[in-house]
Amino acid sequence: MRLMHKLGQWLDQRLQLGAPIRETMEHPIPRDTASWYYVFGSAAMTVFGLQLVTGILLALIYVPSAGEAWNSLQILNHQVTLGWFIRALHGWGSNFMLAIVLIHMVQVFLFGAYKFPRELTWILGVFLLLMTLGMAFTGQVLRFDQDAYWGLGIGASISSRVPVLGPPLVKLLLGGPIIAGETLSRFFALHVFVIPGSLMLFIGLHLVLVLKLGINEWPMPGRLVRRSDYLEKYHTLTHTEGVPFMPYGVWKDAVFSGLILLCIAACALYFGPFGPSGQPDPRIIQTAPRPDFFFLWLYALLSLLPPALETPVLLIGPVIALIVLVALPFVSGEGEKSWKRRPIAVLTILLVAVALGTFTNLASHAPWSPVMDAWTGAPVASKFVSGRTPLQVQGALVFQSKQCHNCHALGENGGKRGPALDAVAVRLTGDQLVRQVLQGGGNMPAYGKNLNPAETTALVAFLETLYPPGQAPAHDASRTNGEQP
Amino acid sequence: MSIPGGFSRRQMFLKISMLFNGIVGVLLGIPIVGYILSPVTRGRRAGYESWISLGSTDQFPPGQTRLATYRNPVAHASDGETADIACWVRHTDGEHFQVFAINCAHLGCPVRWFPQSGLFMCPCHGGAYYADGARASGPPERGLFQYPFQILDGNLQIQAGEMPTPGLSARIHGKTRTERPPCA
Repeated sequence: MRLMHKLGQWLDQRLQLGAPIRETMEHPIPRDTASWYYVFGSAAMTVFGLQLVTGILLALIYVPSAGEAWNSLQILNHQVTLGWFIRALHGWGSNFMLAIVLIHMVQVFLFGAYKFPRELTWILGVFLLLMTLGMAFTGQVLRFDQDAYWGLGIGASISSRVPVLGPPLVKLLLGGPIIAGETLSRFFALHVFVIPGSLMLFIGLHLVLVLKLGINEWPMPGRLVRRSDYLEKYHTLTHTEGVPFMPYGVWKDAVFSGLILLCIAACALYFGPFGPSGQPDPRIIQTAPRPDFFFLWLYALLSLLPPALETPVLLIGPVIALIVLVALPFVSGEGEKSWKRRPIAVLTILLVAVALGTFTNLASHAPWSPVMDAWTGAPVASKFVSGRTPLQVQGALVFQSKQCHNCHALGENGGKRGPALDAVAVRLTGDQLVRQVLQGGGNMPAYGKNLNPAETTALVAFLETLYPPGQAPAHDASRTNGEQP
Repeated sequence: MSIPGGFSRRQMFLKISMLFNGIVGVLLGIPIVGYILSPVTRGRRAGYESWISLGSTDQFPPGQTRLATYRNPVAHASDGETADIACWVRHTDGEHFQVFAINCAHLGCPVRWFPQSGLFMCPCHGGAYYADGARASGPPERGLFQYPFQILDGNLQIQAGEMPTPGLSARIHGKTRTERPPCA
């Protein structure tokens, strides 16, 4: 024990770090901030630490080569002892880190912590969010499977739409003319060196600012921030009424961080690693690429935006979002901090959360994608064919064999790209059905070239029988003289 | 040895040293930028886009659309399977072909051919194209990308080497095709 003490003294005489560390740990904080609401920043940093450690462990086995990466992931999953667990920790760590960073940001926003004098802390935080998203995207690419391959194609296609600079940008992104070895290598460099390095630098600056400017005090409704007297008031809160960070605040941070690590480990153990899905072989086209959870909302947005709006929204939207986030502390740098008196702030968060949640939810069943495996041999519910004439049954056959099912549901089966056809005869008359089938329209391709007259007649005869009991089918008033047929 | 109102010898040395390092930085920076931009500048070199054989025309019966694959002309050993690219070959009749890129003109996902309905469908965001590659529905703003092709000694050859994207390059790509109609 005495030896340890002596060694410590010897080291400190040279390093002289003991006093500044003690001072930092015991810096005074406002009494109210030793709260469970103030634990997210430190938790995000803890998870980042976990990502660093597990990332280095994965790099021991992973081969960043387009020809080998997928195989090395299989080796990690199946051959290396506990390789699957380290992959799972890294994958779940990534999800947790993004979630915690987002929660941290919402908390900071609702508590008015971005206001004077902490504008720069907020701006650094915005960039930290961007880098965390960058890590998530590049990490998804390193899991070099079909989703990664086609995800890169989507990234390239989006970049190509930048005016003038688009095509060179695509080549810079891919490292060549196609998605190949150089693409994976540069995403490896980004994921392993460039972004983590910047992250560490920015986290350092972010922390320095938190220490220099002090943690945001608990917002009290009516206690307004003014540039003239804020620093003075804050000094009273910390130095007169405050408590030392250690041990008042730090134990909650430690407990929460530990809990999060435990949750990540539990998820990793229970759910296992993410993928990889199929081999990144572009000749295998029987694939439906999907992005990871945190990019699902974007996937939905790309499907639902009107085509003409897509490029402007994709290119200008992120710029506007960044400007809004960076400008926020300058536009509302003073005034009320408490969420209880900032209804617009609360509504903004709710709106963004509901929008992202809705898009994510939609993306999880992707109603805009045709069902590529709506097989023509699948059974048709008997209620749609029983009691039909031979012509109508022939139409059901056409319906089945011409892949109408890929986009249209009948009963519960089929795509949701187009409307369900269970009650189509209520909406459209026979003539309208013929027109819609032959010429298409709305979002439907024209089938005129692909159906002969007999097939069209049969198909429409079948479609005309699709109306629920108790509802009359549509009829053409000009032909029936206004009478029901 | 400071001169009142002016600057000292030491300050001058400091400025000279900074200028010197600035020049060294620029000298080093030029090759670094050149290296980083190499994927863009490399495109101008010959062999970037070459004629590649998809095999004998007999493999593509008239009236059918079939999947063909080729090895990208610019490829390295480390590319593995990623340099093997698929495309759709439509043989209308005689020497009339259309060779479509596998990539959807929306965001590059692999389109699949459905012969019964005569449509190409994309699994990602719901784009659909007619048999001749024209846009049928969904988010794409144009038809499928087409490769220029030629028939040499009974072999179908296409000019390929770059992933088609909806940006400028693709439009140029599209133009090349219309200016030089198939079988020119």
